[in-house]
Amino acid sequence: MNQTLHHTPDALDGFRLDAAPMPDAAGQFGDYGGSWIPELLVPAATRIADAWAAARIDPAFGADYAQLCREFIGRPTPLQHAPRLTAQAGGAQILLKREDLAHTGAHKINNAIGQALLAKRMGVRRIIAETGAGQHGVATATACALLGIECVVYMGAHDIERQNPNVLRMELLGAEVRPVEEGQRTLTDAVSAAIRDWVVDPDGTYYLLGSAVGMHPFPVMVRDLQSVIGHEARVQSLELLGALPDAVVACVGGGSNAIGTFRPFVDDADVELHGAEAAGDGIDTPRHAASIVAGSDGVLHGARTRLLQDADGQVLTTHSISAGLDYPGVGPEHAQLAATGRATYHPVTDDEAMSALDVLCRTEGIIPAIESAHAIALALRLAADRAADSTIIVTVSGRGDKDLATIAEYRRAKGLPDGRL
Amino acid sequence: MGASEIRAAFAAAAQEDRAALIPYLVAGRPGVEELPHLVRDVVAAGADIVELGVPFSDPLADGEVIRNATRRALDAGVTVAGCLDQVRAIRALGVEVPIVLMGYVNPLLAYGVERFCADAHAAGVDGLIVPDVPLESAGPLLDAAATHGLGMTFLATPLTSDARIAQLATASTGFLYAVASTGTTGARADVAASTHELLARARASARDTPVAVGFGVSTPGHVTELAPHADGVIVGSALVALVEQDPVAAVARVGELARAAHHAVTAP
Ligand SMILES: Cc1ncc(COP(=O)(O)O)c(C=O)c1O
Repeated sequence: MNQTLHHTPDALDGFRLDAAPMPDAAGQFGDYGGSWIPELLVPAATRIADAWAAARIDPAFGADYAQLCREFIGRPTPLQHAPRLTAQAGGAQILLKREDLAHTGAHKINNAIGQALLAKRMGVRRIIAETGAGQHGVATATACALLGIECVVYMGAHDIERQNPNVLRMELLGAEVRPVEEGQRTLTDAVSAAIRDWVVDPDGTYYLLGSAVGMHPFPVMVRDLQSVIGHEARVQSLELLGALPDAVVACVGGGSNAIGTFRPFVDDADVELHGAEAAGDGIDTPRHAASIVAGSDGVLHGARTRLLQDADGQVLTTHSISAGLDYPGVGPEHAQLAATGRATYHPVTDDEAMSALDVLCRTEGIIPAIESAHAIALALRLAADRAADSTIIVTVSGRGDKDLATIAEYRRAKGLPDGRL
Repeated sequence: MGASEIRAAFAAAAQEDRAALIPYLVAGRPGVEELPHLVRDVVAAGADIVELGVPFSDPLADGEVIRNATRRALDAGVTVAGCLDQVRAIRALGVEVPIVLMGYVNPLLAYGVERFCADAHAAGVDGLIVPDVPLESAGPLLDAAATHGLGMTFLATPLTSDARIAQLATASTGFLYAVASTGTTGARADVAASTHELLARARASARDTPVAVGFGVSTPGHVTELAPHADGVIVGSALVALVEQDPVAAVARVGELARAAHHAVTAP
């Protein structure tokens, strides 16, 4: 049984994995990107790059992906006006792109399903992944269960503590979760641990990277797959508003939900692109993860990009209350969009994000992921200064169930009700 | 000094019917003051070339032993400039064998690749290994290394094609590094069958470029097994682990490894 059910036309129609241009064959986005990797990985990375170059233009692959998007992920996700949030901001109309409603609760599934399909096509039997918030780990475990592929997920020990519900979800889905005890025990260490696993058997293992970071072709491939967000949002905006939005907003960790949201609007010169970076305690302190706003050029995890480093080129430790944004680098295409000025990136502190989280819960009945709350905070800030006839689309990248323990701890520290009666 | 010194060291070892022994040590371990003396003693014990690791916060190609040692070096404040100071101190002790620095690219970019090659040469460095710069990205580094007479070393692995091995060997003005096994650096119990296959392919494709084998090579037995099939043998993690525990024992081990590198030695 393998036929597509007929569907009524929807916003997913017309989505193409090859809609955005490929950077050059070496995966350069201007000065950024490329492939700064050990020789052991060169054949594997080249094989994945070739496989993706073929798959993204293959109508059969695109059809398989669209079918899973529709029937398994539940796409298209809604774009909805948020009247009470808009009133709270007191300015531009705010619309929410609801990636929190995607299966497994975040945009990460768009990428995981697509890459797992590619891995299957390449004949791979074992997939490894890193995860920070646990959403990419859950999405990968889900895709592997669906397609019958062995799955190992590396997760920093600190993130295992703060995103614990997702650990059990991964285990239920049949994945093995391996704690990473090195470094700051967060996402960046999980990426490194996954790469060190990959070099043991680059031929037999597929590394399913969860954000638009790392060596070529991951920034391109993750961008192509996540562009389903922006494609739908663009179609839905034209339907709902009869026009494109004045601005789109997304949070930026590695930058996958943001590049997926931005990319289909890049050629719409009148649409502003705004990214929210995690400013932790503030970018004037050492405790943040704002790699574009407060970082400099360098090489991390195989890509030339913006990163947080000291004068000697050592990668700095980072802080964000959100595990998914707690990463010292960023996708190279964002580094390019920032360098050319096409997109603007803004710091959002832990406190601003947590207060925006409260606002979204109470005005719209949506508990967002703390990552997504950074985008909400930025949207509130931008909307306040704009006229009521202007429009802002903000991507709610995920839902907040995974964050309840962190939210309770934060509220306890602030003397707010924290769920203990 | 530079690439020609590296070539000469391999030639001298071959003259004596043995593989060159290349110990890998982490710069700044067991301490910034101690490292130059350790290098002097290791050379006296029979090292032909010394490979010094420049600490990096995120060493993707390294296993746990080297990661832990480099972490301690970073915690003790070892910088790229500090590594060059240590090379100067080694030369001041009269050490003349080639010194090859192995370091990841980001600290070199932060220092400035051109300035780094100039300063490294001035400090007495002969060659460079930068494991996260594949040939395709190596242009500026190759140019700067050539300008300052530093020998470059690229890595060939069991997964590398013969055609690519030939390209890597051509670009390797120092020596070609044959990566004995997949995975990260770290001691292994045995020499993998794929190591012998790689060495045969590497020597067939590398033409005049010396081939040194490393990654997992740990014991005198490994060295004896590999020495007839390579121009040099690199021992890293096993020595780094010893240096962390007992630097005197590490020097004695280098002596054993050097004796094991003679072709006349038969495996026990
Ligand atoms: C809900 C959610 N949003 C955002 C992110 C950040 O990732 P990216 O910047 O790749 O979208 C994560 C990462 O774990 C996430 O779980």
